Amino acid sequence: MGHNTLLILATIVLLLPLASFLILVTNRKRLPGRSAGIIGTSFIGIGLILSIIIAAHKMVTFKMLPMIQYKFDWFTVGNIPVKVGIGIDNITGIMLIVVMLISFLVHLFSVEYMRDDVRFSRYFAYLGVFTFSMLGIVIANNFFFMYIFWELVGLSSYLLIGHWYEKDSASNAAKKAFITNRIGDLGFFIGIMILYFSYNSFMFDEIFTKINYGILPFDSGTMLTVAGILIFCGAIGKSAQFPLHVWLPDAMEGPTPVSALIHAATMVAAGVYMTARVFPMFTGWALIFIAYTGAITAFIAATIAITQNDFKRVLAYSTVSQLGYMIMGLGVGAFTNGFFHLVTHAWFKACLFLASGSVIFAMHKAAHHFNDHHTDAQDIRNMGGLRKTMPLTYYTFLMATIAICGVPFTSGFLSKDGILAGTLAYAQLNGHWLIPIIGFSAAGMTAFYMFRLAIVAFHGQPKTEIAGHTKENNWVIVFPLVLLATLSLWFFYSGNPLDPSKGWFHEKVKPQPTAVLGNLQWAFLIPYESKNPSHQKVLQRVYGIEPKDEMDMMDEMPLKPEAMGMPNPHMKPDAKSANQQALTDDEMMVNPHTGKKEMPNDEMMVNPHTGKKEMQNEEMMVNPHTQAMAPNSSTAKVDAHIPQHAEMGKEKAKNDEHKAKGEHGEAGAHHAFNKFEEQSHAAHIPAMIISLLCAGIGMLLSFSIYQFKFADPDKLALKAGPFYRLSFNKWYFDEIYNVTVIGGTMLFSKLLGLFDNKVVDGLVNLSAGITRVTSYFVGHFDNIVVDGLVNLSANVTGFSGNIIRKLQTGRVQSYVAFTITGIIILLYYFW
Amino acid sequence: MAIGLNHYLIVSAILFALGIFGIITRKNAIMVLMGLELVLNSANINFIAFSKFGGLNIEGHLAAIFVIILAAAEAAVALAIILNIYQNWRNINVDEIAKMKE
Amino acid sequence: MDLFEIIFYFFAAIVLVSALVVVLSKNIMYSAFSLLFTFFGVAGLFVLLNADFVGITQIMVYVGGILVLIIFGVMITTKVTGVDIKEGISGKLQYAGAGIITLLTAIFLSLMFINGKWITGSSTDVHATIHQIGTLLMTKYILAFEAAAILLLIAFIGAALIGRRKA
Repeated sequence: MGHNTLLILATIVLLLPLASFLILVTNRKRLPGRSAGIIGTSFIGIGLILSIIIAAHKMVTFKMLPMIQYKFDWFTVGNIPVKVGIGIDNITGIMLIVVMLISFLVHLFSVEYMRDDVRFSRYFAYLGVFTFSMLGIVIANNFFFMYIFWELVGLSSYLLIGHWYEKDSASNAAKKAFITNRIGDLGFFIGIMILYFSYNSFMFDEIFTKINYGILPFDSGTMLTVAGILIFCGAIGKSAQFPLHVWLPDAMEGPTPVSALIHAATMVAAGVYMTARVFPMFTGWALIFIAYTGAITAFIAATIAITQNDFKRVLAYSTVSQLGYMIMGLGVGAFTNGFFHLVTHAWFKACLFLASGSVIFAMHKAAHHFNDHHTDAQDIRNMGGLRKTMPLTYYTFLMATIAICGVPFTSGFLSKDGILAGTLAYAQLNGHWLIPIIGFSAAGMTAFYMFRLAIVAFHGQPKTEIAGHTKENNWVIVFPLVLLATLSLWFFYSGNPLDPSKGWFHEKVKPQPTAVLGNLQWAFLIPYESKNPSHQKVLQRVYGIEPKDEMDMMDEMPLKPEAMGMPNPHMKPDAKSANQQALTDDEMMVNPHTGKKEMPNDEMMVNPHTGKKEMQNEEMMVNPHTQAMAPNSSTAKVDAHIPQHAEMGKEKAKNDEHKAKGEHGEAGAHHAFNKFEEQSHAAHIPAMIISLLCAGIGMLLSFSIYQFKFADPDKLALKAGPFYRLSFNKWYFDEIYNVTVIGGTMLFSKLLGLFDNKVVDGLVNLSAGITRVTSYFVGHFDNIVVDGLVNLSANVTGFSGNIIRKLQTGRVQSYVAFTITGIIILLYYFW
Repeated sequence: MAIGLNHYLIVSAILFALGIFGIITRKNAIMVLMGLELVLNSANINFIAFSKFGGLNIEGHLAAIFVIILAAAEAAVALAIILNIYQNWRNINVDEIAKMKE
Repeated sequence: MDLFEIIFYFFAAIVLVSALVVVLSKNIMYSAFSLLFTFFGVAGLFVLLNADFVGITQIMVYVGGILVLIIFGVMITTKVTGVDIKEGISGKLQYAGAGIITLLTAIFLSLMFINGKWITGSSTDVHATIHQIGTLLMTKYILAFEAAAILLLIAFIGAALIGRRKA
């Protein structure tokens, strides 16, 4: 199976849900019963099989290739062709499976769950287009496609959240989701435009390569940071990060399977996936922003989740919190674990949501049985005792709960622990201790509220008659639960239940190297790989690796201009030469042996805001790094590896590099080129202990309050007072937004209306007045001059006609006279 | 000076002009007819003059005879029409008769 | 001035003067009768030009036929004997215009005739024209002759039909 086959398969996978959508939408009225659901499910099923094939082939057959890509020119703007295409790498492959599997299970689940819905086939059509949009984001290898599908995801989420649009709350939630996402997308769009303006390309790899050459937007490192943050804004909206997280809990108004799809695989995953995809372009400051955004989100959402009573709302806030984790993980540079958490979270969160769907479905059925239409089927206070009536749902839910709490032997433990270790390492390296503290406290809270949910809903005695008469659902609903709960176990990812780093996932998803040059980036991140010789210069410059001798440098010099010029022929020549100049200057200045000043670790990153100046002042940037990376390595040792570095593949080069610095690392035990990986590996055990401790405390509290009733939760709530209310009212975000954003918008609109009424209308009226005056004069001109001319010509005609008419007397005698006259004149003339 | 072609031609020209004058000025249809006869006669004079002086010989005479025949036919028909008009309108003034077209 | 010239001028004078009376006379009867003199004068001129047969025909057809017809017409439409030149300025204008046109015509035609380069040649035989005319009518101009006959017949029938008093 070649590259092209793989790409074609990916395209087919992409188009299958679209085909499903088209078939269902065009035959909405004609499909009897539940056939629409079966059609949709089977399409997704085929797609799932294909995506497993794709992922397997990518990771097994083509493991050496970073990304299989297909690019083509779609259209031309000016004389710059807009290149688009699709690409498959390991992340894509894994995401394909995640999206397709969860979409498949949700489809299957929905066949039963939505059986009595009036818009059954439309629902499946929208599920199809939702899956299609998400797949588009996954296999896009450029910002252009990604943005198109990004907006499609927004649209389809709007359609699905507002599926029951007769309910005001549902249509409002749909609007809220859509508009909140627009805010984030605006940033995303501006970010893309900045990048396109600077690099004339939408392709990820081209942009990264150019960043790696040191080409910066507007020649400013700050602008690169800004672009990164703006692009991340898209993820803030889609992945429901603070402060745009408000839409996700409201999105519960949609059908529960849709919530599962949104929360696990499609919409919110899109933001994290995008952040992971464009990870190489984030600068140090952007990564700090990302990390703190994630941390704040994780913390706020966790605190809110503690006090919520709606089954799905608790889960929604737990999703927000977990998304915060992922973003935080990516932000601190724990790329693999951040992405890992996305995948593992997808399974158990889908499981949780589908289980909640199962519970709600059963509650509804029971309520229907009792003709009770007042009891809220989603309120956990109306549940209890479901463990007895719905055992399978309970056990799968419990499994997923354990996973999300990060208990060992679950997938959640592996990924969460990795992220927390990453935050610890991060804090050790640059002193941002707030992030791990938030991370661990959020982990504890997660354990607390998840077990609160499980205990209140499933344990104890039924609190209502309805809860007592619930029944386990049939296999169509239970099968997805069991499958997803199984996927939450550790052995799918790593043989070692406590350490994922040797599992296939970490093997396949390597830490993403960063494309940003040293002075703008944390020095402990892996540099972007490039085969280009000039990149070796960058490595030398940034990592202080001395070239062999002057001759080598001279040899490589002539390669540079063409290498520099090749990728971007449209770049401004002065910028290019400036960059070249900078590179040359840098090379001359780099000398790891000169200023070996001692510097604390947390100063390793040079302030990106002054980056431009420090381009010249290379020692500042390089030296601390040299310090950190190879304080004892001799020049000779490093020199020996230069040729290898230039020639060999990624893995080998890293290994060698590591060995060269052998005394620093742990004898090459890991493929860690960078300080961060080493640190986070070192932090693995402490992180595990602390997180287990936090989770244990959370669970213990939860059990003692809700299971064994050592304390009355209501009294506790009273004691907590303001904190309780803050949490219960979701930190008053909706109220704050109501006052500030919506009120502000209304005020602004009123001002605009006033402006419109007074100024614009005034201008319009003024112009109308001017027009009237003008037309008055023009009218008179028309009446007098133009009409006069017309009348004049008419009069002249009439007058001459009057004269000439006299000749036409109708009397033969006059005609005779004229004839004679004429004949005489003719004769005279021709004589 | 011997009487030559020119003498006859001038007489014919003057006669023609007088005939035209009659046709133009007279209101009475019969008078118009008379003017017409004058014009035809002037033409006949020319024919005959050229038959003598222009070598046209006897064929000029023939032309004159045909003209006379036509004039006779014309006079007969024209007078019949005039009589008819007179019976209808009691008037043979050509200006008045112009109303016929209405 | 020989006799021939005198006779010519005499006939020419008769023709022109009587024609003048025809077109200028206010009384239509005068006009009709002076037309008689004009026709005689023209016949005389024909005879002077050795066209005796045409001269006789002129007298017979014009004087004996056409003129009689005209006089009959005049007498039938008795009412119309008065002035028929319009009074007033427009009538005078018309009169003057007609006069100018007539004068111009006369002068121009005369000049044309005088200055014309006519093909001149003496006539071969001026005697016994009637024989030659008869021969030509029956030979060369037989078609025209027949056509003229039919024309006369048609004119006769047509005139009878038109002039018939309607029932």
